[in-house]
Amino acid sequence: MKVLLSWLREFAPVEGETTVIGEQLSELGLAVENITQIGEHLEGVVVAKVLNLRPHPDADRIQIVEVDSGDGQPLQICCGAFNMSPGDFVPLATIGTTMPNGMEISRRKLRGEWSNGMLCSGAEIELGDDHDGILILGDGSKQGTPLAESLGIESDVLFDLEVNPNRPDAMSVIGVARDLAAYQKIPFRIPEPKVSEKGKDVSEILKAEIISPDLCGRFVARVFEGVSIQDSPQWLQNRITALGMRPVNNVVDVSNYVMLELGQPSHTFDLESVANSEFKVRWAIEGEEIVTLDGVTRKLTSEDGIVADGSNTPIGIAGVMGGNSTEISRETSTVALEMAWWTPSAIAKTSRRLGLRSEASARFERGTDPEIIETAMKRFCELLEPEVSLHPGLVDEQGDMPTREKIKVRVSRVNSILGTDLDKKEILEILDPIGFKAKAGKEDIEVTVPSFRPDTSLEIDVIEEIARIFGYEKIKKTVPKSKTFGALTAKQSDRRLIRSTLMGSGLDEAMPVPFLAPGELENAGLAADGIKVANPLVAEESVMRSSLRPGLLKTLAYNESHRLTGLRLFEIGHVYSHPQQSQPLPDEREHLVSLLAGNQVKEIVEVWSALVDALALDDYDLIADSPPGFHPTRTSRIEIKGKTVGFLGEIAPSVLALFEVSERVACLEIDVDELLSIPHGRSYYKPFSRYPSSDIDLAFEVDEDISSSEVKKCLEEKAGELLADINLFDVFRGAPVSEGRRSLAFKLRLQADDRTLTDAEVAKVHGECIEAVEKRFSAKLRS
Amino acid sequence: MNQEYDLHLKEAKGEIEDSADLESLKKLEVELLGKKSVTTQAKRSLGNLEPEERRELGSVLNETRTKLEEMLLVKRKELESELMREQLESERLDLTEFDRGHRLGHRHVVTQTWERLEDLFIGMGYTVSEGPEIEDEWHNFGALNFPLGHPARDMYDTLYVDYGEPMSTLLRTHTSPVQIRVMEEEEPPIYSIMPGRVFRSDTADATHMPVFHQIEALVIDKGITFGDLAGTIETFTTAYFGKDFESRLRPSYFPFTEPSAEFDIRHPGGKWLELGGCGMVHPEVLKAGGLDPEEWQGFAFGFGLDRLALMRHEIDDLRELFRNDYRFLTQF
Repeated sequence: MKVLLSWLREFAPVEGETTVIGEQLSELGLAVENITQIGEHLEGVVVAKVLNLRPHPDADRIQIVEVDSGDGQPLQICCGAFNMSPGDFVPLATIGTTMPNGMEISRRKLRGEWSNGMLCSGAEIELGDDHDGILILGDGSKQGTPLAESLGIESDVLFDLEVNPNRPDAMSVIGVARDLAAYQKIPFRIPEPKVSEKGKDVSEILKAEIISPDLCGRFVARVFEGVSIQDSPQWLQNRITALGMRPVNNVVDVSNYVMLELGQPSHTFDLESVANSEFKVRWAIEGEEIVTLDGVTRKLTSEDGIVADGSNTPIGIAGVMGGNSTEISRETSTVALEMAWWTPSAIAKTSRRLGLRSEASARFERGTDPEIIETAMKRFCELLEPEVSLHPGLVDEQGDMPTREKIKVRVSRVNSILGTDLDKKEILEILDPIGFKAKAGKEDIEVTVPSFRPDTSLEIDVIEEIARIFGYEKIKKTVPKSKTFGALTAKQSDRRLIRSTLMGSGLDEAMPVPFLAPGELENAGLAADGIKVANPLVAEESVMRSSLRPGLLKTLAYNESHRLTGLRLFEIGHVYSHPQQSQPLPDEREHLVSLLAGNQVKEIVEVWSALVDALALDDYDLIADSPPGFHPTRTSRIEIKGKTVGFLGEIAPSVLALFEVSERVACLEIDVDELLSIPHGRSYYKPFSRYPSSDIDLAFEVDEDISSSEVKKCLEEKAGELLADINLFDVFRGAPVSEGRRSLAFKLRLQADDRTLTDAEVAKVHGECIEAVEKRFSAKLRS
Repeated sequence: MNQEYDLHLKEAKGEIEDSADLESLKKLEVELLGKKSVTTQAKRSLGNLEPEERRELGSVLNETRTKLEEMLLVKRKELESELMREQLESERLDLTEFDRGHRLGHRHVVTQTWERLEDLFIGMGYTVSEGPEIEDEWHNFGALNFPLGHPARDMYDTLYVDYGEPMSTLLRTHTSPVQIRVMEEEEPPIYSIMPGRVFRSDTADATHMPVFHQIEALVIDKGITFGDLAGTIETFTTAYFGKDFESRLRPSYFPFTEPSAEFDIRHPGGKWLELGGCGMVHPEVLKAGGLDPEEWQGFAFGFGLDRLALMRHEIDDLRELFRNDYRFLTQF
């Protein structure tokens, strides 16, 4: 909503510096987005009359114009526009004028010809958007007159305000003025419009009936005659232009003026085209049609409100747009002026469905003031006078209006919510200027909400008004002391630990969006049953990921296309899928995926080992597996206590090809929720032996399909309690080891808790280990 | 007699100084102090002397040997340190060869901001709560006092998913549904923050993304006031942005709070910058969360998390956060 300071002053003697008023409006909840000084740049610009035009001898794009700037002498100007003719009146920026863009006009030569000023386009002097030609002024202009005076532009201030949806009243000049008056503690008054009435009473001229009371709460009509369609006076055009509306003609402009000033939209009908001079307000019948003012035939639904005439033919879409059959024209002699209160949700639906959102529908949608209608009707006629003659009386039909009950406001509650110490008198003084009539009871205040505040129905709504007018900034700031212990949950701490561990392993955190394009899950080798977005803006964002893999693969591809390779990435985020059994929401789990590009399968196992260490997970198995999307012979399932927590290995080459990633990619995928549900993170002290230890090294030749962890397990089993430590320290392939086999070398450290081991004891374990491994895995000890 | 040994010392000194390495010094040591040395030989013959002479010669011999030992020790130290110097010199390394940049991984800037905020509020005694990103219509709108037909609910702003009844399940448009979940699951007093990923039906540009992050705080306790809200925001502002920053509240409108406000921050002398929305938890929202608004009062405030990351690192395009260019990820 835009408002002019001069317009506000017609209702309240607003005072103060422009910037201070701006701050006050912000503090009232009418956030100022912009302040414009109007007329500032017109100083030095005068009306000039074009005397004659001739071509510039040395330039095609410039002509030489001689104008009279008031002294009767021809003044030579070089001008780049060609849209004027001798006799036209045009704006001339005289020498010394500073233009809005900061340029100062001086006398200068253009290709050898003197130019003594500049003729201006509308855009150049901030009077409209027209850049193309020089602004041609009306015939009644007079050369030498300052342009501002000639156009009736007074120096003024335009505030551009952001109005919240709960403040329909502030979508009018009076609403803003009322708030500002309350803030400045100055009087606010809506002057009573002066009109003279004559002729028959309206009730004898037309009839109105509300057939659907749930559509229309109030329908009011008056009649005037003798209007002649013409341009509005310049001052009125200037005002509505400043507030963002385009002048059309006197009737349309006055309608807009009244709407901007008082918040009440209106509609005018050529009464002679209205069958039986009768108005019927009802819901449309499904499929009913109307040709609207813009000439478009529109099919209506039973959720659209209409005004029909005596023949029950639609002549207007309620609150949205009139019909063209009853549009007033130069031939119109009798005009019916209609103002109504429409059910906000009805207007919202229809205007959205038809894509016809206007200043009027925006106001009806939020709820207009049903009690401003009489004043608004008179104001309409006052602005059109003296040419029109208004019939006395009005037709006033009532439908369903939301009831406005008196609200009980407890003083104690006000102070308890706000942290203030206001008494009854202070509260009354705050509420009165914004139209809230309050009556003090013993403990409570009984508040009657004004008709222009449909948002207010609860005690808390009134408390908000009290806070707003009292001033948010005047409420003392206090800090409550938390009664809870501030901490992360175990899961949140673990998540941070996982992140730190991965960072310690040199991995960078990526954050792709969780949307995928159709087909991307399939390309990653995953099932195509991702949760779909019902109303995606683009197809690329129409599927919710069921795995973090596709997003990270796309990240690798993006980087590779920028010659960035060898990336080590991870992401922790939610994945979504259809649940096995019916439940209120989809399955949503937290996953971790790390992708290492380049030949880094060994490193991805180390990343997993680091996580095992960090989370103090005591036991897990890596079991060769071929889950979808992974390399079938280079992948393991990670199992802990019989639960699968994720996979480790390489991405399948076919998947890499589809994602256009040319490096090999190692991948770790963990279901974080599953992993963290397994007891972990706490290790208990285990006393260690004080006796000497003995090491034995064993190298076995085994088939390739026997995993080292199986051999290791076997050794652990055999060494039993005496085993203090075991690790695989060498893997060797090639001669003399036979083809298809490899050598696995383990170092075992043996140690007893209570004694030094004898050579015989060590030899026994040594022998048993060899025997067991050789037997179980067809292995051969290497010497 | 002394002169004889002085001469011996003098000669020995010359020989010691001429020793080129530890090995020759060792040999010399045997020559000068061993069994066949001048002084050892002389000591052996002491028994043949008169007591007076014996004492005198004995003391000269001891003195001479002590001096020889000292000289040898000094020379040995000198040779040893020279040897060490040579060894060290031979081990010279150019450490800049190893200085190739790598390295720790990098936490995403959004995560960094997220964790910084968590830590700040934990310090103020708050817990951290989370909720699902795919939400039901009730938690995202209904319970938060958005009436049916509220513009925010329509298809222009909200992304719905094909799950259950049409328009029943959506990508949460804000972190506020977590407020309801916390109220449902926990007994007040509640002092909690709710960071998380949220979604809007927006086309990506420099200031909009269909996916972004928010954080909000919820406090529910007995007697919580609007003054508490303003004070908590002020504390947060100075803690996060710096001591000399200030905050202000301006009236605004949200369905789930009343009174509602926007909060702005500014550096003294700077311009006010709108940061987020806040207000007292609406009585209807408390009821939806199963709490009696006559018994419990509370406030909530929330703001965009990504924007703080942009501000901190002077990043001018929101999309950069989610493009995952390696050159971006490894900068922070």
